[in-house]
Amino acid sequence: MTATFVGMPAFPGAARTALADTQLRQNLAHATGTIRTKRARVVGEVEEWEELRLAGAAIKDNTLHHLDEHLLRLEESLTELGATVHWARDAEEACRIVAEVARGHGVDEVVKVKSMATQEIGLNEHLAEEGILAWETDLAELIVQLGDDLPSHILVPAIHRNRAEIREIFRREMGKVGRPAPEDLTDVPAELAGAARLHLREKFLRAKVGVSGANFAVADTGTLVVVESEGNGRMCLTLPEVLVSVVGVEKVVPTWGDLDVFLQLLPRSSTGERMNPYTSTWAGISPGDGPQEVHVVLLDNGRTKALADTVGRQALRCIRCSACLNVCPVYERTGGHAYGSVYPGPIGAILNPLLKGVGHDDQVDSLPYASSLCGACFEVCPVRIDIPEVLVHLRSQVVDTHRGHKPPKPEAVAMRTAAWTLGDARRLGLAERASGLVGRLTRRGRALPGGRRALGRLPWPGSLWSDARDLPQPPTESFRAWWKRTSGGRG
Amino acid sequence: MNAREEILGRIREAVADRAGAEPVHVPRGYRTLPAPDGVVDLFVDRVEDYRAVVTRCTAAEVPARIREALGTAGRVLAAPGLRYDVDGAVVDDGQTALELDRLDAVVTEASVGIASTGTIVLEHGTGQGRRALSLVPDLHVCVVRADQIVPGVPEAVAALDPQRPQTWISGPSATSDIELDRVEGVHGPRNLHVIVAGD
Repeated sequence: MTATFVGMPAFPGAARTALADTQLRQNLAHATGTIRTKRARVVGEVEEWEELRLAGAAIKDNTLHHLDEHLLRLEESLTELGATVHWARDAEEACRIVAEVARGHGVDEVVKVKSMATQEIGLNEHLAEEGILAWETDLAELIVQLGDDLPSHILVPAIHRNRAEIREIFRREMGKVGRPAPEDLTDVPAELAGAARLHLREKFLRAKVGVSGANFAVADTGTLVVVESEGNGRMCLTLPEVLVSVVGVEKVVPTWGDLDVFLQLLPRSSTGERMNPYTSTWAGISPGDGPQEVHVVLLDNGRTKALADTVGRQALRCIRCSACLNVCPVYERTGGHAYGSVYPGPIGAILNPLLKGVGHDDQVDSLPYASSLCGACFEVCPVRIDIPEVLVHLRSQVVDTHRGHKPPKPEAVAMRTAAWTLGDARRLGLAERASGLVGRLTRRGRALPGGRRALGRLPWPGSLWSDARDLPQPPTESFRAWWKRTSGGRG
Repeated sequence: MNAREEILGRIREAVADRAGAEPVHVPRGYRTLPAPDGVVDLFVDRVEDYRAVVTRCTAAEVPARIREALGTAGRVLAAPGLRYDVDGAVVDDGQTALELDRLDAVVTEASVGIASTGTIVLEHGTGQGRRALSLVPDLHVCVVRADQIVPGVPEAVAALDPQRPQTWISGPSATSDIELDRVEGVHGPRNLHVIVAGD
């Protein structure tokens, strides 16, 4: 069964391990480079792109501000169309509901469409404890599941694996859980995809219960939407007799018409295509077509906590496209595992602390710092989530929760010392004289771009800071001293 | 308190700051853009981009084009109510998924074609068949009338019925899961043949 993220080290430690893996860095650089080029090309084609982003953000904001009303409307629409609506406060409650439905039909396996919500709640592990096997059917999820690995990307959870590694996993593992990989399987992607087709087909054809998430849930019409590429989604949504969909409460949109924005924004941002190969929509039960028993589980699991944060709530606009991962200079180098969650990258760095709250777990508290605040994520976000703004906001929350801790953190001591020094003209003058002296004593430092020189490695504990950063050489004369000496530049 | 009441309560508390606030303006200019010239040509180009096969013909030529598209496919199912004749076609009598898996091809119509994205949309009514029909067989031949082709996604969304099950199809089944390179042919039909009927 798939490993879990519990007990992951905080980001800096996990990132250090990831950075040492040259194969991983090579795989990531290749994959993110490819997708960035594709996205830029198809986004450039759409002249009204900026307007679509504004519309997407506004629709999501308006919905979130009245989320209770839209959810009640959704429940009413779904119920009228024959679906059963469940509400789940947390992961455990959601897992229990899905397991009960599966058990009610006496099955020992379910087929799954790729779904972030079910990953977030650890559904596969929960079902396994109850003796029910959950087969992941998305190709990348299959690679992760067969390799007993962890997902590292929202869209392509096996982005950290290259074709040769995937071939090895297929050859080694497929036979243990069903139809084995062909003897002569090579690492040509089309052949690997073909092996997955054969391996999974028998599972699709015999499945009684399907489990999915949803990209969108339309309140007005009770329509659920799943956006995918391979057709595994269509298989799971169409062939089983029973369908259970776990849907985060923030997935609701008010009207069917609103989808004309999101079905343009999502595919181009996500896989860099004008449209993804398959989008399925269904509204409750359609007599004679597809599952005749349909359940929808509306999931909170921290979303209302995020909603209560007036700065952070914009993260709930997220449509899980993963464009922010693909452009992030930090993600590109560390990969997704370092974030210790099913939501990696810039969006994960804000979503995890918002869903879980800060101040309880060092791993979660480290995430708002897993960024250089360069802002590339905001620029590509199709629903204009200002990720840097939320990161800074969360950093202040993390600092606030540690205020008054004994002994104080080194940053807190440094900040307090700086405040004391800068708060008084005489103390600042003394500090400037000291820094000028350091500047005169260290004239032969390494040149930085632009000509200014850098100090070398500082003595401990300063080395903890200077090992990964360049500290510019202090100027030999402060501005105030220069002003005084030259009478404001006149002398 | 049950889960429903508790979640709704949490939401109301969370957004209390928005009480009485004006809604955010939603710009909708994207809905009224002028349609590009040559919508049908654009549709054909964009469908071909996905490496699907596209044929254009007059309405009268459709049965012949269907025959060509089917090639050597032996067991072919025609969606119930299909307006074109398909020689020797199997009818849908509620075959199980396993039985559908033994078919070589399926022929359906569509509800809408989207030019800007090269998408066909099925609403699975007359001439289109239940969803499993156009999913399990490996070749899907789909006839779209030229007058069903709209310029973009907004026009398609406006024309479709949200309470019918829909399948939006853009090329054959594909994946980008291996090194983010696109590969055609995974679980859905590996071959998609679109016939555009009329001018």
